[in-house]
Amino acid sequence: MGSFGLTVLLDGISYGMILFLISVGLTVTMGLMRVVNLAHGAFAMIGGYVAGYLTQRGCNFYLAALAAAAAAAALGAVTERTIYRPLYRKGELAQVLLTIGFVFVATGAVTEIFGAFPYPVVFPPYLTRPLDIGFRQYPAYRLFLIASGAAIALLLWLVLDNSLYGARLRAAVDNPRMARAVGINVSLLFTSTFTVGCGLAGLGGALGAGILSLEPAYALKYVVLFLVVVIVGGEGSFEGSFVAAMALGIIDTLGKYFVAEAAPYLLYTAVFALLLWRPKGLVPPRSLA
Amino acid sequence: MRRARVVAAIGHAVPWAIAVVYFFAVPSDLDFGTQVMIWILFAMSLDLALGYAGILTLGQAAFFGLGAYTAGLFAIHLSPDPLLGHLAAIGVTMLVGALTGAMILHTTGVTLLMLTLAIVSVLSQYANQATDLTGGDNGLQGIRLDPIFGVFEFNIFGKTAYFYALVVLFGWFVLARRIVHSPFGRSLDGIRQNPHRMRAIGTPVWWRLLAIYTISAAMAGSAGALSAHATRFVGLSVLDLLTSGTVTVALILGGTRRLYGGFIGATIYLVVQDYSAKISPFFWEFVVGGLLIATVLLLEGGLLDFGPAVLRLRDRWQAGQRR
Amino acid sequence: MSTTRALSVRGLAKRFGALVVAQEIDLDLAPGARVALIGPNGAGKTTFVNLLTGFLEPDRGRIELWGQSLQGLRPEQRVRRGLVRTHQINQLLADNTARDNLAIAIAERDRHAWRLFRFGRQWDRCCEEAQQRLEEMETAAAADRRVSELPYGEQRLLEIAIALSLRPRVLLLDEPAAGVPSHETEVIHQALDRLPADIAILIIEHDMGVVFRFAHEIVVLAQGRVLARGSPAAISADPRVRAVYLGKSPV
Repeated sequence: MGSFGLTVLLDGISYGMILFLISVGLTVTMGLMRVVNLAHGAFAMIGGYVAGYLTQRGCNFYLAALAAAAAAAALGAVTERTIYRPLYRKGELAQVLLTIGFVFVATGAVTEIFGAFPYPVVFPPYLTRPLDIGFRQYPAYRLFLIASGAAIALLLWLVLDNSLYGARLRAAVDNPRMARAVGINVSLLFTSTFTVGCGLAGLGGALGAGILSLEPAYALKYVVLFLVVVIVGGEGSFEGSFVAAMALGIIDTLGKYFVAEAAPYLLYTAVFALLLWRPKGLVPPRSLA
Repeated sequence: MRRARVVAAIGHAVPWAIAVVYFFAVPSDLDFGTQVMIWILFAMSLDLALGYAGILTLGQAAFFGLGAYTAGLFAIHLSPDPLLGHLAAIGVTMLVGALTGAMILHTTGVTLLMLTLAIVSVLSQYANQATDLTGGDNGLQGIRLDPIFGVFEFNIFGKTAYFYALVVLFGWFVLARRIVHSPFGRSLDGIRQNPHRMRAIGTPVWWRLLAIYTISAAMAGSAGALSAHATRFVGLSVLDLLTSGTVTVALILGGTRRLYGGFIGATIYLVVQDYSAKISPFFWEFVVGGLLIATVLLLEGGLLDFGPAVLRLRDRWQAGQRR
Repeated sequence: MSTTRALSVRGLAKRFGALVVAQEIDLDLAPGARVALIGPNGAGKTTFVNLLTGFLEPDRGRIELWGQSLQGLRPEQRVRRGLVRTHQINQLLADNTARDNLAIAIAERDRHAWRLFRFGRQWDRCCEEAQQRLEEMETAAAADRRVSELPYGEQRLLEIAIALSLRPRVLLLDEPAAGVPSHETEVIHQALDRLPADIAILIIEHDMGVVFRFAHEIVVLAQGRVLARGSPAAISADPRVRAVYLGKSPV
């Protein structure tokens, strides 16, 4: 039982780490810019495809993952300046529509270029082997996800908590008007945050390709999961989305082990119930509390 | 005044005249015309909820799919009568619309959006799992239908299906027009703009939203039933999030709050999909997505707003010249 | 209860966490009363209006409208009973014409707004009444213009006209002249003077000119509690009121 429980826990945490890595950018941008961004999954997908393309041609996996992050970040910077900026003044409906349009474009483009079938990222051989972790053999890939996810989460937490950038970001999330009044360059803050958020999504798309497999439908299929992490964790709440991502990963894994058939729709039913119970998320953003 | 009325009457007659002319002009491709009308109806249902009442939903496919599966399953297991099956689909979607609407319509914004996404996801995952009921990936096959009124038989040429869709669409259109111009419709217009104001003049906002959401669900369910009957097949894609997305695209392309917006948008959408699919099977998503982005950024009122938008741009340009 | 009061508030209390926004507030409005509620910023005036109208739920206290408790009624139900408010910040339907704004309220009042399918005469009648009311307010010229294009003063008048069209028994006017440029305020004053005499009115106002011209009684709110009440003359002579309020912002 102990060993089984640990396996479930490891499975859930590694899944949750990927969800967190991809969603954290979304939670910050939704909290900061108040934009309903349904296209966030597209950035993760594009990162994943870049990594897939490079590794299939023999590129080093880690370099490919960095390239994925860079590509998604660059695309994020460009789109923030061009198509997202006019959205800040518009209503939620326009935001939903435009970002869906972006998803369609990305999906169409990916299908054109890479084909309609699942597209693998080639992981280094030592990641695809099981590893002896004392009580059993466990996939090294999942351990790698946990380690890298934890490292990035820690890094983000340190940056957000200790740097001037983090302080500005928190101030702007809590009170955008006040932030502008005290002279924070909100426009630059938006662009840089959006860029970093998209870069993290791209990285997550690349690293997590072994769990969330790449296919053209990726952008639309998984964005619901990412949004669930954001909404359940509370928009703009870094800690909240970490907790929500872990919970989602573990609950989904438990579901797959115990009620395999019903797991997918039970998950969404649970999300539905949770949103009705706590419409503002488990950890409401401070500005609303 | 009288002349304006004549012009308006002609304007109203145009789309229906086109539908009749199409029947005689393109008898070889009636299926396409039927598909267009089904999507017009689907887009119109979304216009009522999203366009007029401002209910931020991406869950409209839930009702389209539910209507399609109800009609299909009804024909297979209960009765091959198409009209009974259609009524059953409307009844089921109304019921589900009322129940889910009652739960979610006190929320707004992103939360509401997420709840509608969750509903569609639950249904689509369920349909995917319950292969015994839905046929899963293979879709629901073996739908056999009696002739409508015992006379008009569904056949491969699709004549019956075409007129069936046309009559159903016309019926819903007349109903929708009455609704949006009634005092009830005006109150929805107010709720979309400012729910707080409406409560302050005594409007039971939640009830009104529930009413229109239920009607909209029934309409989408009816479109789904048409789809199941016309093709005698229901695939998992009817419950797909992509279906919700595409009907939104169809509505927005044509423009919200016009009822006719769906006519233009759904037609353009299906034509674009048809043509660009000939270039490459997935190119349409690229084109349609690009159209949607351009519409949102440049044409707030959809393609029906194209003329006025060009005039506005000209005015702005001229104002710039003078300065 | 000896005489019927239009509005009777007893022991109304509300707090947000540690912040007390309403503390044991008592208030009576006789039929046809003209009472002004004044107080410095943050005194809890708008919170009080929100408590009365049901947009906020009080922690304690009773509110009665013509002897009937409003306990547990939602805002829209209170409006139906005759408790109507105007808003400090415009809450008009900006995309609609002035006439449509009024007609929508009238349709709601006459319970036409649940008619899903029948239309035509009813809506026309609502529009006719709306037109008439605009003429009474001397703003008929605005009828066909979109609200967002109207001068602010006319928007304020429209807000009052909408409230009146609901046939209120008690009317809460939340800073009816707020934000109106000085050359337009006289029109608002005249509109206030013309309000039907039988309606009990509570006006929340910063502008002492409006208060002294309009009100027969003044209630002073400070830090969520009633500091003083009395005739305008008595209030302006009250040293406590001068200290918290009048002293800070001279008339």
